[in-house]
Amino acid sequence: MKQLETIYGLMAEFTTPEQLLEAARQTHDAGYRRIDAFAPFPIEGLAHAVGFHRTRLPLVVLLAGMVGAGSGFFLQYYAAAVSYPINVGGRPMNSWPAFIPVTFEMTILFAAAAAVFGMLAMNGLPTPYHPVFNVPRFALASRDRFFLCIKARDPMFDLELTRKFMLTLNPREVSEIEP
Amino acid sequence: MADSPSDKLAAAEFANAPILGPGHDFASVTDKISSIVLSGRTPKWWIVGFLISFALVMLLMVSVTYLLVAGVGIWGIQIPIGWGFAIINFVWWIGIGHAGTLISAILLLLRQQWRTSINRFAEAMTLFAVSCAGIFPLIHMGRPWLGYWLFPYPDTMKMWPNFRSPLVWDAFAVSTYATVSLLFWFIGLIPDLATLRDRAKNRPAKMIYGLLAMGWRGSAVHWERHETASLLLAGLATPLVLSVHTIVSFDFAIAIVPGWHATIFPPYFVAGAIYAGFAMVLTLSIPIRKLFRLEDFITMRHLDNMGKVLLATGLIVGYGYMMEAFSAFYSGNQYERFMILNRMTGPYAPMYWILIACNIVTPQFLWFRKIRSKVGALFAIAMVVNMGMWLERFVIVVTSLHRDFLPSSWGLYYPTRWDIFTFVGTIGLFLFLVFLFLRYLPLISIFEMRTLVASEEEKRAAE
Repeated sequence: MKQLETIYGLMAEFTTPEQLLEAARQTHDAGYRRIDAFAPFPIEGLAHAVGFHRTRLPLVVLLAGMVGAGSGFFLQYYAAAVSYPINVGGRPMNSWPAFIPVTFEMTILFAAAAAVFGMLAMNGLPTPYHPVFNVPRFALASRDRFFLCIKARDPMFDLELTRKFMLTLNPREVSEIEP
Repeated sequence: MADSPSDKLAAAEFANAPILGPGHDFASVTDKISSIVLSGRTPKWWIVGFLISFALVMLLMVSVTYLLVAGVGIWGIQIPIGWGFAIINFVWWIGIGHAGTLISAILLLLRQQWRTSINRFAEAMTLFAVSCAGIFPLIHMGRPWLGYWLFPYPDTMKMWPNFRSPLVWDAFAVSTYATVSLLFWFIGLIPDLATLRDRAKNRPAKMIYGLLAMGWRGSAVHWERHETASLLLAGLATPLVLSVHTIVSFDFAIAIVPGWHATIFPPYFVAGAIYAGFAMVLTLSIPIRKLFRLEDFITMRHLDNMGKVLLATGLIVGYGYMMEAFSAFYSGNQYERFMILNRMTGPYAPMYWILIACNIVTPQFLWFRKIRSKVGALFAIAMVVNMGMWLERFVIVVTSLHRDFLPSSWGLYYPTRWDIFTFVGTIGLFLFLVFLFLRYLPLISIFEMRTLVASEEEKRAAE
């Protein structure tokens, strides 16, 4: 357990996206579960390779859109038919076709806000501090290098064995991540 | 002949022309784009341009302040023309914004890879154009400080906005559009802000970009959600952008004024918006690629494609003009018929014919590949279209209003110097924001360029 306090995990650096994808697959196959991969751009299949299957973001966006539509329509119905009814040439108070544009805009507004803030919340952003930035070369993760991290929290993690395993993945180098 | 084998070959080569210059890798695209922001040296042309646009922003400030003090009487608006420059400029600016969303959302959904390098600054252009547009309805209100009455809130007067009015729809549409454009632009920026944070040398830059990047670290899972969110936003922004100009056209079409009350308005306004917007994207991208030496990223293929979009939307707009005239005669309504004859031969006839020359005749040059491959010609055509689209709104607003039903209430409209100052001031504000953006944020999406590099490499490997 002492390892937990002194180290966040191990980080391997790769030079191409293909190497990272292959390494992530092998690491997952080897039984490691608390792993993460870092890349300067989205790589197809990488999230799947580190064991992430589906995001619930679309569902959240759908629900928010429905709430937006409902509240948008209700707002207008309440204002124009209940709270302050105006009789325009004897037309119905609940003149729903005239309420469609605002209902539509509110649907989009709610859904879009949910997509952005939902994405940030699920990703845990903003993150003021994260140990991976303690690896000096990690700054290149936003340029042209690809990283794979096995966290010390992983039940299979053992500093020496895991380091040996990571070296078999053919990385440029393996470094320890201070917590 | 156009069908000669060598010509065909040239056409094929042109269609497959690269959307990225040769020899670029992940590091080089990152360094090239981020160095524009992070280099300590500010180019001279930037300082000059910034100062000029700043002076124009001051002109806008003066014009708006005088307006707030003296009222809308300083403008040329007079009954029957109550909608003068303010509404013309509003529709012009908001239309310009539409190309940015088209590039960032619709072309993303259609998987048009060439959009990558122009997407970021087109989106920025959208935001800035909408900022300029938003000023006009507000200052046109007469009592702008009561502008919030457009939004529903429980107030002591126990009143609500009239939700059956297109002007209220407009307030909702434009504010939603501005918000969603900002959100879309910002989430695209997050990974690039992280790049700037990691590459910045001085501490203040590191801190500011770091705060804005919110701790983005490029985790695979984060990318997955980021991609999902971007696609969802693109899917949401696509109907949104169509709805915004549709609702702007409702401002006219719902009224019974001859020349406004037409069912062709929504699609014709949307096409006109994209037309004006692409003209503005060309107007901006041609000098930008030259000044920042970005010819490798914004290639001739991009300019060629934008020229084609300009031609296609220009033809739709031309169809709109024709149908407007046709239905005026076909309707058998004497007021409609008079309106179109008056538009073509009345006191504002020169405006109408210049507009036809700018918007229908000029883009026909884009049929020729020779012209589309000349940067100067493209720039000139784009400028003509920018002007033509402004004239279009002038014609729609002024010629429809100035002679409606009763000859006793006819009149003419002349803008005053304050109309012109305010308009020029917003052009200044737009350029001012563009200059700030160019200097302090990555003007091309870096992470999408890396994706492009990866896919180009894959293509090469497959060959």
